[in-house]
Amino acid sequence: MVHHHQFDALVVGAGGAGLMAALHASKTVKTAVISKLYPTRSHTGTAQGGISAALGNMEPDKWEWHAYDTVKGGDFLCDQDAVDIMCRDAIDAVIDLEHMGLPFDRTPDGKISQRRFGGHTNNDTKQAVQRACHAADRTGHMILQTLYQNCIKQKVQFFDEFQMIDLLVADGKCNGIVAVCLDTGELHVFHSKGTLLATGGFGKMWKVTSNAHSLTGDAPAAILRRHLPLEDMEFFQFHPTGVYKLGILLSEAARGEGAVFLNGKGERFMERYMPTLKDLAPRDICSRYIYKEIREGRGVDGKDYVYLDFRPEEINKYFAADGNPRRVTAEYMEQKLPDIIEFARVYQGVDPMTAPVPIQPTAHYAMGGIPTNNDAEVLADETGRLIEGLYAAGEVACVSVHGANRLGTNSLVDLVVFGKRGGIKMAEYCAKAAFREIDKAGAATYAQNQIDNLRKGDGTEEPSKIRKSLQIMMDDNVGVYRTGPGIQTAIDHIHELQERYKKVRVQDKGMRWNTDLMEVWELGALLDLAEVTAYSALARQESRGGHFREDFPKRDDANFLKHTFVWKNGKIEIKHKPVVITRFKPEERKY
Amino acid sequence: MNVRLKIKRFNPETDKKPYWKEYELDMEPKDRVLDALHEVKWTQDGTLSLRRSCAHGVCGSDAMRINGRNRLACKVFVDDEMKTGKGAIMIEPILGLPVIKDMIVDMEPFMAHYRAVMPFLVNDTEPGPRERLQSPQDRERFDDTTKCILCACCTTSCPSFWARGEYVGPAAIVQAHRFIFDTRDQAAEERLAVLNEPDGIWRCRTVFNCTEACPRGIQVTKAIGEVKEALRTGVIA
Ligand SMILES: Cc1cc2nc3c(=O)[nH]c(=O)nc-3n(C[C@H](O)[C@H](O)[C@H](O)COP(=O)(O)OP(=O)(O)OC[C@H]3O[C@@H](n4cnc5c(N)ncnc54)[C@H](O)[C@@H]3O)c2cc1C
Ligand code: SF4
Ligand code: SF4
Ligand code: FES
Repeated sequence: MVHHHQFDALVVGAGGAGLMAALHASKTVKTAVISKLYPTRSHTGTAQGGISAALGNMEPDKWEWHAYDTVKGGDFLCDQDAVDIMCRDAIDAVIDLEHMGLPFDRTPDGKISQRRFGGHTNNDTKQAVQRACHAADRTGHMILQTLYQNCIKQKVQFFDEFQMIDLLVADGKCNGIVAVCLDTGELHVFHSKGTLLATGGFGKMWKVTSNAHSLTGDAPAAILRRHLPLEDMEFFQFHPTGVYKLGILLSEAARGEGAVFLNGKGERFMERYMPTLKDLAPRDICSRYIYKEIREGRGVDGKDYVYLDFRPEEINKYFAADGNPRRVTAEYMEQKLPDIIEFARVYQGVDPMTAPVPIQPTAHYAMGGIPTNNDAEVLADETGRLIEGLYAAGEVACVSVHGANRLGTNSLVDLVVFGKRGGIKMAEYCAKAAFREIDKAGAATYAQNQIDNLRKGDGTEEPSKIRKSLQIMMDDNVGVYRTGPGIQTAIDHIHELQERYKKVRVQDKGMRWNTDLMEVWELGALLDLAEVTAYSALARQESRGGHFREDFPKRDDANFLKHTFVWKNGKIEIKHKPVVITRFKPEERKY
Repeated sequence: MNVRLKIKRFNPETDKKPYWKEYELDMEPKDRVLDALHEVKWTQDGTLSLRRSCAHGVCGSDAMRINGRNRLACKVFVDDEMKTGKGAIMIEPILGLPVIKDMIVDMEPFMAHYRAVMPFLVNDTEPGPRERLQSPQDRERFDDTTKCILCACCTTSCPSFWARGEYVGPAAIVQAHRFIFDTRDQAAEERLAVLNEPDGIWRCRTVFNCTEACPRGIQVTKAIGEVKEALRTGVIA
């Protein structure tokens, strides 16, 4: 049985971006939030290190510096008008969060405390600046909790544990979504005037990743299936410090507090490559040099990992060597980084206060995603045409404020700034627009067919084997270092896996809480996203930010200072959109 | 290593009542119990149902009873639990909430208790253009209870909650504590009034199960004690 609902506005996803949008939209129009997880279990809750804003609470800072750092960190692929909005609005956004109750750490005089983070600098001195506002190393947890608390206060309506699997689009306009109620297995059609997608990242196409099991790119896959484009999919960030083999993140906040990388010979190798910012160079750069050390035989014990050293006495030695008067103690580190110290203890069996921690780069963040303008309105193509009634915000969206490589702490800023803008824009639209007619009887057909085919199929291909094979292929060929032939191998392999997927096995034939079926559906989404990621990577014959081509190791502004738009309508189609450049002319990235 | 799991299974569409089923697996010693459950689900029986997301102990999805103790499956290891379980790891859903399917319970009663304590900052004074100030000491006062991830390990290990599901339970008290002791908040009295009701905080018999169960290391019983003290003395210190 198919259920029907009608809301002015829908928000799909209840992480930072979704909740922020819901808080603003629900003030003026009838709004529902649909989330496959309980809101407080969204991946925003795992964000650790901080949210940047040029508050200047610790030392002089300006939002213009934040903007320049963001653009340079993004290897000049960011749209600079959007970056200005983000960095300027970040200040009010953080103050807003504090007013909503967020328990930030405090300075001795009671203000929001700030710390250093990779790529964030004082533009005059070029030194790292304290810009990341934080609540210990659980800043994302506190943002997520605070926003959810305010949703309860404001009585926002939630459909928890409902999973969107299709988008209703007709004549270039969006009329809502179709979702599975996980508890009953039944389909629900949500008819709306405005729909905002905030489903987060899709790192599960890689094996070693900091991303949750739930980050499978359901919404972007639905976008592709509805013949709409995705932007800059070749740009995925590999964070340098994942727990060895597991990929669990150890926040850059560790390096913000003074930790450094060491190779197998005990050398602080980042000093050689990036003499000014050293270990606080942006993530794409650090990840590449970690692998360079490993490839040149300087991994630990010749293996594929290096160390992150945050033993207090060692940090103090490095501070002294850098002429930095700061000193830390174990007590201070435990207070500032309790969670990641515990992760290392629990998941690696290493006590970071007495031994260096084995780390390796981990697939972390999608710079690309659903293309939007600066008000979170979704673009239908590279010319900027809009899909009426459709919005996207957060990690799933590509504004693009992160360009080719996101700076640490800028995702949380993006969520609150563009989540809010999207929520307001959508509410304004819903207040004046009328509901468009939908074919009530047929609305769920496409979704129903997808689910029925999986449930009723008698396939024998094990989904977990397909998933594992995809993830290994992506790690090997569409990771930190890429080559044309390697990417082609990945594409061929993905096509093979897509064929096998047609005969995929679903063992659970039931209705209620059929997680077997939903996981298989998610695997189909990952395969489609991996395919467009690989094709986008193949087409970009240059190296920029998180996308490094060994066969084209230089950035090529003459040919590739442009965004990629990719469609999957039967076959793959790629087009381009120019980058918005205002104050900051592309220059070589040195740190 | 060889790992044996004894899992309490229940499928509402086919089973009248729950039953135990055994599975044998070959795992690495430092694989997590969550990995073992995935191994069962992915290679032996796709119908096994559980919630999970982050896989590193911060989202609170996979609370379950492992060898008789409430744990996050992603935060305990198969070698340790094989020892504790003397040759087999017993896995069942958390107790006190209605079981829907296998490890999946109905969280709504738990969330209703959470909502009852007004888990949000109340402060009606105009904040001005900048942040409200708070000293590091005042901030530290409620630090421990800000860590809660609403996993329900505590509430579903509490004998008072098992005896009476209307009891608001330790998780909701932890959430109330987080606001009562926040100097920026103005609704402590209303929250204390909720907790002073018959199914409020006085049903706590200080058994400490909740503290032992909390995967975030929150001193749950201590927080409950501080709220009781505030109720007794009328002073929030
Ligand atoms: C370990 C870690 C640490 C990080 N630390 C930082 C940091 O310090 N600073 C920083 O700026 N960034 C950090 N990031 C990045 C940042 O946390 C994320 O990019 C951001 O939280 C994403 O938020 P979101 O709201 O877009 O999505 P999420 O928080 O991932 O939420 C996605 C939501 O969508 C829902 N959803 C997904 N699919 C569906 C579907 N099909 N139907 C219905 N609902 C669906 C989910 O239930 C969830 O509610 C970190 C990331 C990780 C993994
Ligand atoms: S201390 Fe109180 S709340 Fe905690 S388990 Fe015991 S009775 Fe329950
Ligand atoms: S107090 Fe601890 S055990 Fe209880 S819900 Fe919160 S995190 Fe879970
Ligand atoms: S899966 Fe998130 S806490 Fe275990």
